[in-house]
Amino acid sequence: MSSYSVKVEHINPFIKATIETFKAMMSVEIKPGKVKLKQGSSLSHDVSGIIGLSGGAIGSVTLSFPRITALKTVSAFVGEKVVSMDENVVDAIGELANIIAGAAKKDLAQYNINISLPSVVMGENHQVKEPKDVIAMIVPFETPYGTFDLAVCFKSEV
Amino acid sequence: MKILLVDDSSTMRRIQKNTLTKLGYEDVDEAEDGAQAIQKVAMTAYDLVLMDWNMPNMTGIEALKKIKENPDTKSVPVIMVTSESEKTRIIEAIQAGAANYVVKPFQPETLQEKISAVVKK
Repeated sequence: MSSYSVKVEHINPFIKATIETFKAMMSVEIKPGKVKLKQGSSLSHDVSGIIGLSGGAIGSVTLSFPRITALKTVSAFVGEKVVSMDENVVDAIGELANIIAGAAKKDLAQYNINISLPSVVMGENHQVKEPKDVIAMIVPFETPYGTFDLAVCFKSEV
Repeated sequence: MKILLVDDSSTMRRIQKNTLTKLGYEDVDEAEDGAQAIQKVAMTAYDLVLMDWNMPNMTGIEALKKIKENPDTKSVPVIMVTSESEKTRIIEAIQAGAANYVVKPFQPETLQEKISAVVKK
């Protein structure tokens, strides 16, 4: 079975949505790094927010954070200091992924995508797996709170 | 003014409640999904409902339709506050009776403008 790589025109809306979401909700500028292929299934992060995509395209959008970056990001997001990885962090990371996936949809309207409710995975060096025949792309972001990764897995029929 | 805030995310409820408080709206109730929302709207005379779209149990668009179908609640203005950003979704909500539409992510001024356009404080 041949592998399918995510196209630039498919990942760009998610990069744009991530930048816009941080600017609107946290008033910060964040900088995307070089897009790279996701190697293997393990992200060396501590918490991930995942949104499933269905409809005219299938895939997922994952935001993965190291612990400290997650705590600082959530603190800025909710406007209150958050110091431990509790259910508030889980909810906030999931909602952040939800907002970014939703914002990206408007630039991918031709695919009539539906987005799932968010799932959040916590745990050191946890694994997030995509379908075997789709190669996800990762975009590292630099923020005032540290770095995090955006992983996009997107497969359309056209 | 009494506002009902409907969102399954406790984070978004907290963010929106803090924003509403800063804007001078302090009488705010919360609901976690569409089903809770229609129950609360039937029991309390809200001046405004802020409604998320994607929620478990009952979605925001379903709750909006039920509120607008009920003669006792149809006059309550509902603003959708959602990450659903496509034009087709906005049209669907307006056709179902939404008074306005706010796309997440939003800035506080945007929420204020949309609320002001719908109700007088």
